[in-house]
Amino acid sequence: MTFVLLVTILAIFTTMGLALWRAIQGPSFYDTIVGVNAFGTKTVLLIALITYFTGHADLIDVALVYALINFLAVVAVLKLVRQRDLAAGGEKGDG
Amino acid sequence: MAESLVDIISMLLLLGGGLFAVIGGIGLLRFPDVYTRLHAGSITDTLAPLLIVSGLVLQSGFSLLTFKLLLILLFLLFTTPTASHATARAAMIAGIKPVGGEKTGDKGASSSNT
Repeated sequence: MTFVLLVTILAIFTTMGLALWRAIQGPSFYDTIVGVNAFGTKTVLLIALITYFTGHADLIDVALVYALINFLAVVAVLKLVRQRDLAAGGEKGDG
Repeated sequence: MAESLVDIISMLLLLGGGLFAVIGGIGLLRFPDVYTRLHAGSITDTLAPLLIVSGLVLQSGFSLLTFKLLLILLFLLFTTPTASHATARAAMIAGIKPVGGEKTGDKGASSSNT
């Protein structure tokens, strides 16, 4: 079972590397956002797998908090880039 | 015997989740466009957590760890499509054209002309 967990962790690491490569060399800004979003989701999975791999049950709280932060970060960065202001309200900035 | 069967199912789910994650990563790297990359990344970001968390839940029965894992799964199933949709909408508003959209546009125009 430990071997299967290790193989899955290595697969997630590979995916994180590919997503990070796309985020670094992405031609447009949105490619970077796509890569960072995939990277964050895979980080949550990686922390959950490491929880079972090492047996420290406390690490699952880190994964839970990271899942919350990842979504908020992506949406906040998208809004910041589109409207240049995090405090701007609604769809007025579409113009 | 029953425990070993649960272990085998859990291993298959974990390996399937890892395989889908790697396929999504390759698609993320090799597709030519923001929208196609988003397609590859978003679908595997929804499917790989489903399989991997299911495999991990089978490892620990009814416990607080299982509850927290299911909470993570529920949250990821809600937020990943939402973030992908927000990214695609922002890219569309920013004026990025999909690759190959011109060709279908020409086809539609020619068919409407005839």
